[in-house]
Amino acid sequence: MIHSLFLINHTGDIFLEKHWKSVIGRSVCDYFFEAREKAVEPENVPPVLQTPHHYLISIYRGKLFFLSVIQTEVPPLFVIEFLHRVADTIQDYFGECSEGVIKDNVVTVYELLEEMLDNGFPLATESNVLKEMIRPPTILRSVVNTLTGASNVGDTLPTGQLSNVPWRRVGVKYTNNEAYFDVIEEIDAILDKSGTTVFAEIQGVIEACVRLTGMPDLTLSFMNPRLLDDVSFHPCVRFKRWESERVLSFIPPDGNFTLMNYHVSSQNLVAIPVYVKQSISFFETGPCGRLDITIGPKQTMGKTVEGLMVTIHMPKAVLSANLTATQGTYTYDLATKVLVWDIGKLNPQKLPNLKGSLTTQAGTPKPEDNPSLNIDLKIQQLAISGLKVSRLDMYGEKYKPFKGVKYLTKAGKFQIYIYMFIFLENLMSYLLFEWLQCVLKHSI
Amino acid sequence: PLLSGSFRSNGVQPAGAGTCVQSNLEVVPAALTVPYVVSTTLRVSNNPVCLSVLRNEDLKEMLESNKESLKLEAMKRVVGLIAKGKNSSELFPAVVKNVASKNIELKKLVYVYLVRYAEEQQDLALLSISTFQRALKDPNQFIRASALRVLSSIRVPIIVPIMMLAIKEAAADLSPYVRKTSAHAIQKLYSLDPEQKEQLIEVIEKLLKDKSTLVAGSVVMAFEEVCPDRIDLIHKNYRKLCNLLVDVEEWGQVVIISMLTRYARTQFTSPWKEGAIFDENNDKTFYESDSEEKKEQTEAKPYIMDPDHRLLLRNTKPLLQSRNTAVVMSVAQLYWHLAPKHEVNIVTKSLVRLLRSHREVQYIVLQNIATMSIQRKGMFEPYMKSFYVRSTDATHIKTLKLEILTNLANEANISTILREFQTYVKSQDKAFAAATIQAIGRCATNISEVTDTCLNGLVLLLSNRDETVVAESVVVIKKLLQTQPTQHSEIIKHMAKLFDNITVPMARASILWLMGEYCERVPKIAPDVLRKMAKTFTAEEDIVKLQTVNLAAKLYLTNSKQTKLLTQYILNLGKYDQNYDIRDRTRFIRQLIVPNEKSGALNKYARRILLAPKPAPVLESAFKDRDRFQLGTLSHSLNVKAAGYQELSDWPAVAPDQSVRNVEVIEPVRVQPPHTEEESSEESDKTSSDSGKSSSGSEKSSSESEAEQKKKKKTKKAPLKKNKLTAGDRYGEVPPARQLCVQMFPVSLSSSRVCVSHSQQLIDCGGLFRVSLQVTTPSFGPVKTYELLHHMTGKGLSAKYHFPRQPCLYQPSMVAVQVILTNSSDHSLEEIHIGDRSPASLNIHCFNTIERLEPEASVTVSMGIDFSDSTQAANFQLCTKEDQFSVSIQPAVGELLMPSTMTEEDFSKEQGKLLGMNETSATITMATANTSSQAIGKQVLSVANVGVVSSSQNNVHRFAGRTVSSGAVVLVSLEQKESCAALLTINTEKSVMASMLLRDLKQALAQA
Repeated sequence: MIHSLFLINHTGDIFLEKHWKSVIGRSVCDYFFEAREKAVEPENVPPVLQTPHHYLISIYRGKLFFLSVIQTEVPPLFVIEFLHRVADTIQDYFGECSEGVIKDNVVTVYELLEEMLDNGFPLATESNVLKEMIRPPTILRSVVNTLTGASNVGDTLPTGQLSNVPWRRVGVKYTNNEAYFDVIEEIDAILDKSGTTVFAEIQGVIEACVRLTGMPDLTLSFMNPRLLDDVSFHPCVRFKRWESERVLSFIPPDGNFTLMNYHVSSQNLVAIPVYVKQSISFFETGPCGRLDITIGPKQTMGKTVEGLMVTIHMPKAVLSANLTATQGTYTYDLATKVLVWDIGKLNPQKLPNLKGSLTTQAGTPKPEDNPSLNIDLKIQQLAISGLKVSRLDMYGEKYKPFKGVKYLTKAGKFQIYIYMFIFLENLMSYLLFEWLQCVLKHSI
Repeated sequence: PLLSGSFRSNGVQPAGAGTCVQSNLEVVPAALTVPYVVSTTLRVSNNPVCLSVLRNEDLKEMLESNKESLKLEAMKRVVGLIAKGKNSSELFPAVVKNVASKNIELKKLVYVYLVRYAEEQQDLALLSISTFQRALKDPNQFIRASALRVLSSIRVPIIVPIMMLAIKEAAADLSPYVRKTSAHAIQKLYSLDPEQKEQLIEVIEKLLKDKSTLVAGSVVMAFEEVCPDRIDLIHKNYRKLCNLLVDVEEWGQVVIISMLTRYARTQFTSPWKEGAIFDENNDKTFYESDSEEKKEQTEAKPYIMDPDHRLLLRNTKPLLQSRNTAVVMSVAQLYWHLAPKHEVNIVTKSLVRLLRSHREVQYIVLQNIATMSIQRKGMFEPYMKSFYVRSTDATHIKTLKLEILTNLANEANISTILREFQTYVKSQDKAFAAATIQAIGRCATNISEVTDTCLNGLVLLLSNRDETVVAESVVVIKKLLQTQPTQHSEIIKHMAKLFDNITVPMARASILWLMGEYCERVPKIAPDVLRKMAKTFTAEEDIVKLQTVNLAAKLYLTNSKQTKLLTQYILNLGKYDQNYDIRDRTRFIRQLIVPNEKSGALNKYARRILLAPKPAPVLESAFKDRDRFQLGTLSHSLNVKAAGYQELSDWPAVAPDQSVRNVEVIEPVRVQPPHTEEESSEESDKTSSDSGKSSSGSEKSSSESEAEQKKKKKTKKAPLKKNKLTAGDRYGEVPPARQLCVQMFPVSLSSSRVCVSHSQQLIDCGGLFRVSLQVTTPSFGPVKTYELLHHMTGKGLSAKYHFPRQPCLYQPSMVAVQVILTNSSDHSLEEIHIGDRSPASLNIHCFNTIERLEPEASVTVSMGIDFSDSTQAANFQLCTKEDQFSVSIQPAVGELLMPSTMTEEDFSKEQGKLLGMNETSATITMATANTSSQAIGKQVLSVANVGVVSSSQNNVHRFAGRTVSSGAVVLVSLEQKESCAALLTINTEKSVMASMLLRDLKQALAQA
């Protein structure tokens, strides 16, 4: 299965390598570097590559490439999923997944990789199980370790793996028993230039943080479970109960985990929280254009929209922007041609507006590219789909836990196509088109 | 030698004056003065060679020191070097010394080092082997497993026999975790020495029979690697694998599903009806098929799906909800390759869900959808909008989405798709815009209704400012025009006008070809284009030159008056071109079109050859031929057959014998007489023990041990009918006949801890193996059941309990109790739960409230009670909705123990600590039937839940245990005197328990 793993930073340095079978030389990465150069952007590197003797499967995360070397047929998703688990685990252990963090904790990372695979086949990938074997570093512990010479490697061996609840260890104890659930929803939408919805759907996830003593058996039920169109679960959830009663019944892992992902399809009407009025136009004469954007609340269910931010990828010809914002600040990055307008809280009484002129490179033709507008926003205490948790019950343990549910709506991939006036150009093509149709009619 | 030695030292000294001298000083600490130490690092860092030498010296010193912390620090640095890919093989001798360290982290790091460098330093690596061999016999299953893991990772051919033996032993280990490790080791050994294949297959065969979910994934992986063609090994295990599937860990699921896909294709008949519509687009041929064929179809037997085939489909379906994308994809491909056509649609939603995942996941899933959408548009059409391209998508994702949208296009949705495509053409990513234009071309040829609209749209694009867009449009228009050239001479004229401004070779070549092909429609323009080409011929790209020659030839044939001289000029230029293709083409054309004495008959046909009507090119999907590969595989992703790819066979015309999958059904309640069991299990083991004749005796006994294991499980599983906590009830319903397998696995899992104590003997005893096992077997013998509530007093509710002798899941200090509740009344009982308890402090883990118990139904629930090591009864109330019944559970003293593992030495050591007050002994008289060591073991274990300690003396029997609550050691030893007399000694600090236990044991041994 997975033969070797190389971690490569964005400048192309291999800063960590791990082999689960015999050693494979670094030169195998040259094929990857070749593809990397060809792709220009790191995101565009094909995830699966073929070399004369090996296959390379890579993922790009946190400005790092995780490159695995494969020798024989294997489902590529198997490898990709695993590599993402490695990145997740590193993130879980050290708070972020970056080159610096990995270099600082190289021994721990190496020990983790050793435990995660045996002979290229995944062994322990559940972070709860790994944390029992190799404890994540904390400031206190690292101080203690340097003083006493103790180590991060657990001297007890994981017990969870042998029970029939492999994701939970036995003998968990807390003084404060608590279970928190965050319902987080993201709106994915494409709006066309007139503001009508081309495509909209809601992706939700329930993140849980459960710190309960013993072997609690939890049941989470919803007010309106029929809303959920497609779901995927953490392995702890009993599928049968969901099928028959639409409740989530599970023995939770200890700590943080993703309980379920769900999808609310476009069949149900998706509420779009904001509307955008915008126009960007360029004039055929003179090196300038005009931009005017206003944002207002649409369907917010009485909640405040926060963290509002607009991002526009401008055409390459736009040199600078001279704008005034009635609220928030804007920046225009000359190198990447990205205009970012950070608005903050949306005030329904006084709608934020961004207006001004754009300077284009003299001598170049008018941009004909079609920029789109990406919107970022947050609404606290609201699940935009209307999903509500009705209750959480606990069986199997006697104490009363603290329970809590939080809702949050975010914009996911929220895109709006922009109207772009390029007067002459459009007119000409229109005329040409008419003319052609005439000609064609005659020729028939 | 003397001379050269002195010469060398003379030579080197001055040369290395700057750095090496300093480093020499560093090595000899005596010569060091304080300022040197401070400055060493600075100076040395200039010279990498010296640096590494120095570091290694340092590290070596640290590794050889006495301080654990120094060693650990050194090992951490060494592992850091390995991680960076730096060579540190010199340190091998210093590192290997620490292999037996007590510090777990140090030990683990040494393992890491060892596995990395053992291949290079084989001789030295052998020094460490004995440590692992010792660890393989450790009572702790984790230590056994990790020893096997490292031992099998050391790639040194000389230890192959040792590995083989270790694998065989581990495969028969009572801990499923160790067996899992042995499955992994099989693959490692196979890659080290493929000649061991036959022996390894035997081990695989044995492990395939394993009922543990832990082992299933790993052994199937080994099967796939070592002997994927031995499909016969799967038959007997097929149903078990299907049933275990939902509870196997996710990575194992992927492997098992893909193996079962292959298996099913060889064993079942096609669920796709004869002549059914495989390709939706083919429905015409279906209706056109003549009546004879139809008659045949009706005469043919109606298709009935094999129940095993159905079982596979049903048991994999819930996995579509897995969070692991690889699992979802593997189920999707299983349905694609195995399910009846109308059932495949259920995977669509899950696949579309995966598109929300990481970019790389999207890439693979989109590739698979692209292949699927060619054959079955209907599957993905409702989700068309999910394939709309976003500006933030990576290029390869965009291209794949475009591909899928094109595949999905039909008369109904084409207008939507074309509108979407229009936005893409304006994209800033020009390569993507070009791909979109090709896609428009494909839509135009596939859907005749929109051909004109597309063509018009493309012509509009010819005025685009971007050259790539224009060039691509030209190429696509050329292809489109070929399909219906009659109507479009205006477009050709328009393109001729554009010709001067286009520089992309492919586009120029396309226009030239169009001119030549339809030169009769544009009689005035074509010669002019040729004239321009003659001017620039030498500066053109090869592909343009070739088309120029073609154009010249065609014009020469149709309009020789105007173009004769031009043609000859171009042919002359071509004759001396640098490219041999062009020279070749020129020579050929000249012979063909210019009549001379040599050209002969061919000349007459020149017109027919060059101006023959040409078939229009078919614009096809790049994924058209990918369906030859199994979906979801690496080969499919690369469109190349990858090493180790296993072909998916076609459905067999006639299904092979179905009965091969039948497994002897064992009655779940009634315990069968032992001899029949022996037979049946021996039968199933026949192949392995037969072929194992040549190998050592341990091989045979291990196969027998399996039979024994089986027996234990069989006798055990009856009371375990329903364990509330098993994950087995997570998914779907299991048909009753197959429930067995599912019920069995919790036994092997949860009893693993109990088993550990016996595994010690498995390894140690070797030849005595059979005997010792027979002694331990009865500990799993029929369990005593006690009455908790009689149905007369309980108004119809009756309850019985027994001690399953497993570690309690809820809290380690609790004793596990299983209660069987039966409703013998004529009405259903509701809300059965546990009420008040006394003493109030009594710590009970209650079972979940049973909402409803129907008449005649019974349910088994498990609870945990902390007896605090006393035989005081636990009193509590068993409540129904209407009534409350006081009940009590009084444990026998033997049930308050759990087995403990120790060697004979440890036993005597512990016993030494528990003398005097803590020792209770008595001389007892045993019944004559009980004098064999086997019978003694049986009786003792029936009374107390203790573990057998291996003994070197024949007349002394030792047993060890711990109390459940406080963990106090309880040691039982029995020394046989002459005839029936024996000295029974119990050592424990719990003296009350000792005396009670003594009484119980005395009674049990006295009985026949």
